[in-house]
Order: sequence, then C-alpha cells, then structure tokens
Amino acid sequence: MKILKHLKSWEGFLAIILLVIVIVNSLISESFLSIENQINLFVLSIEKVIIVLVMAKIIINAEIDLSVASMMGLSACALGWFVESGMPMTMALIASITIGAIGGAFNGFWITVVKLPSLVVTLAMLIGFRGLARVLIGDRSIKMFPQWFEDLGQQPFFWHIPFSVMIFLVLLICVVIILQYTGFGRHIYIIGINQNVALYSGINVARVKMLLFIFSGIISALAGILYAARLGTVRGDMGLGFELDIITIVLLGGISIFGGSGSIYGVILSILIVLYLRNGMSLSNITGHLQTGVIGVLLILSVLIPNVIEKMNKYLKFRKLQH
Amino acid sequence: MRNMLKDLRPEKLRNLVLLLLIFMVLLGFSSVIDNYLNARLFNRISTSVAIFAVLAVGQTLVVLTRNIDLSVGSIVGFTAYIVGQQLSQHNEMTPMTAVLLAIVIGALMGAFNGYFVAYIKIPAIVVTLGTLAIFRTILVEYSDAQTVLAVELPQWIHDLPRMNVFSYERFDLRYVVAGMLIVVIFFQLILRYTSFGRKLYAIGSNPEAAKLTGFANQKIIFIAFILCGALAGLTGFLFLVRIGQVTVVAGIGFELKSVAAVVVGGVNIFGGSGSVLGAFMGAVLIDLIENSLIRWIEISEFWRDALLGILILVSVATDTVIMKKLRTFWLKKQIQTKIDI
Repeated sequence: MKILKHLKSWEGFLAIILLVIVIVNSLISESFLSIENQINLFVLSIEKVIIVLVMAKIIINAEIDLSVASMMGLSACALGWFVESGMPMTMALIASITIGAIGGAFNGFWITVVKLPSLVVTLAMLIGFRGLARVLIGDRSIKMFPQWFEDLGQQPFFWHIPFSVMIFLVLLICVVIILQYTGFGRHIYIIGINQNVALYSGINVARVKMLLFIFSGIISALAGILYAARLGTVRGDMGLGFELDIITIVLLGGISIFGGSGSIYGVILSILIVLYLRNGMSLSNITGHLQTGVIGVLLILSVLIPNVIEKMNKYLKFRKLQH
Repeated sequence: MRNMLKDLRPEKLRNLVLLLLIFMVLLGFSSVIDNYLNARLFNRISTSVAIFAVLAVGQTLVVLTRNIDLSVGSIVGFTAYIVGQQLSQHNEMTPMTAVLLAIVIGALMGAFNGYFVAYIKIPAIVVTLGTLAIFRTILVEYSDAQTVLAVELPQWIHDLPRMNVFSYERFDLRYVVAGMLIVVIFFQLILRYTSFGRKLYAIGSNPEAAKLTGFANQKIIFIAFILCGALAGLTGFLFLVRIGQVTVVAGIGFELKSVAAVVVGGVNIFGGSGSVLGAFMGAVLIDLIENSLIRWIEISEFWRDALLGILILVSVATDTVIMKKLRTFWLKKQIQTKIDI
C-alpha cells in the first residue's frame, strides 16, 4: 500500500516514465544499456546537468537565473583569453572560476540590495555576459589548451568515468545533503514558500539569496570550463540557449516555478528522463532540432499533467461527497 | 503652475526622462562619431525601430497583465517564413493579403499560448519557453531548413521598404514606419481610454481584486496573448520586407530584445504599470545605441551586448528605486492639496 502511495506522487510518475523510456530505448538499440553508452550520454550533456543542480535550488528559492548559459560562455572565453595571453593554465582556471563568482555576486547584488526581480536582472545579464564573452575573444575561436586539460573532458579519469562526471556526482551528493539535511536547505524552501514569513522568523533572506547566486555563478563557470575541456576549443557562442534545457529539466522534476516545493530526487529522475530521451532519439536518428521541440512539449506537459490530475482528484472527491 | 505639477504624474515624468535620455545619447554619439546627425541616421534608425517597436507593443500588452511571452521570436520567424514561402509560390498575392496572412498566423500562435496560460493556468514563462522551442522546431521540420531566396519574392517586397509616405528634404517617412506609428498610437489610445485597456492594468496590479470586481480575467489575458501573437505576426511581415529573404533562424533572440525594450521603457515586469509609448521609446533607445555603436570606430562592436545588459539593469533599477520615492512623494502632495481644499 505504501508503494502505491509513492507511485501516486510526482516522483513515482517520473519513475514510471523513466522505466518506459529505458525499455523502449533498449528495444531500439542493444547498445543503450552498455556502460560506454550510459557514461557517454552523461558526458555529452554534463555541463547542463551540473547547472541543473544549482538551478533547482534557485527555483525552489522562488528566483530564477537565466544568465547561466551566458556565464558558461563568458568563463570559457575568459579561460581561452587568459591562456592566449600567456597565463599558466592553473592560474587561468582559478581566474575564470573567480569571474564566475564575481558575476554571480553581481547578479546577487542587484537582486538582494537593489531588490530587482531576478527575472529582469538575469535576463539583462544573459545579454551582458554573452556580450563580455564576445568582447574578450570577438568572433574567433581559441584552441591552445594543454593536453592534460583536454584529457579532463574526454578521457576516463577513474575506471570508465571521466573527470567531469566525477564532479557531477560529488556535487549531486553535496546538493542532496545541503537541501535535505541542513538548516540552509530548509531556509531555501521557507524563503521559496513565503519570503515575508522567512524574514520575520529571523532568516537572513538576503544572505541566502546572495550565496545561491554566487554559487550559481561559480558552478556555471565550472560548467563552461568543462565544456571547453570537452570540445577542446572556445567560442563566443558557447552554450547559447542552454538555459531552456536546464530550466526544462528542473521543472520536469516537479519543482514549482513559484518556488517552495519539489525535491531533488524528482530532479535526478528528470535528468535521467531527458538524457535518455535525447539519447534514444539520437539512436533512432532523430535530429537535434526535433529533440528540442520534444523537450519543449515535455516542459508544458510537466506542468499540465499535475494540473489535470489535481482537477480529477477534486472531481472524484466531489462525486464521493454527493453520494 | 500647481495644476501643471498635479498633472505631472510620475509615469509621465518617466517618459520625459526617457526622451531626455534619447537626446543625450544622440548628443553623446554625435560628439564622438563624425557626420553622425543626419537624415540617413533618421532613416536607418526609424526603419529598424519599426520592427522592434511593433513587437514591443505586443509584449507590453502581455507584461501589463503580469505575464510574459518568450515565444515571440519564434512567432516572428515562423510567420516571416510562411508568408515568404506563400509569396514565392503565389507571386500575384496582394500586399494586403500577405499582411493579413501574417497577422492571422501570429494570432493563432498567440491563441495557443493564451489558452494554456489563461484557461489551463500554466505559468506564462513555462508555456512560452516551451512554445519558443516548439514553434521553431515546427518551422525547421516543415521547411527542411530551406531558405526563401530574394529572387523568388515578388518585386513589391523589395520596393516597399524604400517607399515613402512623404519626404521632407532628405528625411523620409517610410510606409513601414508609418504603419508602426499607427500601431503604437492605436494601442496607446486603447490602453488609455478603453475599458479593455484599463482592465489589463487592473488585472496586472491585482488579479484577485480584478476577479472580485467581476472582470473576466481569463478572457482578457487570452485576448492579450492573441494580440501579442498578432503583432508578432505583423513583425514577421515587417522583418520579411526589411531583410528581403528568410532563413529558418529568422527572429532568434527577438524575445529578449522585446522584453528589454519593454523593461527599459518603464513597464513594470510584475504588471500593472507602464505604457505603450514608454515601450516604444525603450525600443528607440535600444536600437539607437545598437546602431550607433556599430559606427563608433574606436569601440569594438562586440561591446554592444555588454552595454545593452548594463543599460537594462540601470533603467530598471532607476525605475524601482527612484520611481517608488517619486510616487509616494506625489501621493503625499495629492493628499495635501485635497486637505487644503
């Protein structure tokens, strides 16, 4: 009986969808379940799923960060620019992560101190960060990274697993612990449910938000660097439009766009669903553009279905009362 | 004097400041770019603003109701492509039919958005983020990524952007610009003087109160999205006319520019305040800066987007911080005069 109750929840619903996709995919192609394919499909979108983890927190907090993809581009371009101007690789890495932190703090400043809506601030910075990336390297592409850096993104690091996937797994554990088991995580939820209540209960709302946006900047910069490592080259339009995919995965995971509800487990399931779906479509030769469309439909469905279920439940209850 | 002060609501002041800002930008650029202020500048900016202003008007209607339409870029691309393709196959089609076709297609796509937002109550940002991808995908799949070439289009498409209503010395008022001005004035009047327009503001500033007052919130939001789609369709036509050919990537990123214009123009992103005139001036300001930076030789044109981002932030910040103070100040004054009487 308890299992049934679990299945009725959003995570249960996602788990069923995931199961269907896995079965269909493994029927389409035998190689789907092989370890190489499993790791490969993670590697191919690792930049997005890393950011998903932070975006989930921000949306639970009832804010949004549209500038993540531009920050990826900016940090990657900054890395290329530093390396080109002769900075040692480790210094360049630290510098471009710092840029991420500064960018995040910049977003946070306008949101927490000036109290502007995060939608507007990060929309402006979606344009602004991308612009800065172009200022740094124009419309050229830079590929003069040392071999060990490119290996990070492409070669197995530990067993079959590349470095980028390791980072994702470590981050995932951190996020689960922070969200579910620490006071900070609980504060994120409370602020998302009702900011005024949080304020009056003595939570430092501005500090939580500031930390979240700095965190988001740092992780986006890291994702940009990993992307550069995987491709072995940087360009001004890197990661253009990734924010759509990232937000889709978060919302599909059952996290409400109005904040305050949803769990990280749903997000993990929806990461798997989106990755498997894309992988399955690639295996059956469906092109990238149609994939984006399918993800768009999925985004709308992910909000539509709970609405419909809720209405049906209400109707059933109403019928029961009448009898 | 006192009456004048009373008439000078903060919102009007906002528009005046915007106008002042446009003049300052013009003066600033004319001091660093040689031979800047001339008829050619006016003609170039006005034709390029024509596209974005129409889009910004549509976006204003939606943003006023506390929603947002991020799919307009895809609607522009879609209508531009379909109209272009129809024109290339039926060369005899009249300009009027082409415009109507664009508006109807746009309105249908807007209705799709509006239905989900208003009646099924899915947040607008989710719906339109989804349709942003869906509309573009339909276009790419339908068209097989083929381009509608300039030679396939009838001659009037290529003549239209250079046709003038009248011209004074070398300042031309193009047909497309006149059309844009009509749209702006028409919707400014609708928002200001019709009950539909006032209801948009009411819903945006307090949806609950509007509902309790007996407004058909759902229907009004639905109509706002249809109008936004229709205007995006019209923008698609203007885009086709201006560029003279269409690819499947037409209009990518327009949604951001339209939101930027609206926000710079002083329309509150949380609904309830702002005007079409403001959005129009926001579009002019952004376009002016973009087009002028390209010609400023000492500064790399890549600075354009970085500056645009900062501009949006600063204008919204002034809006929230200064306008709030002005509004309370103005209200105090109003109450005081009433007490005096």
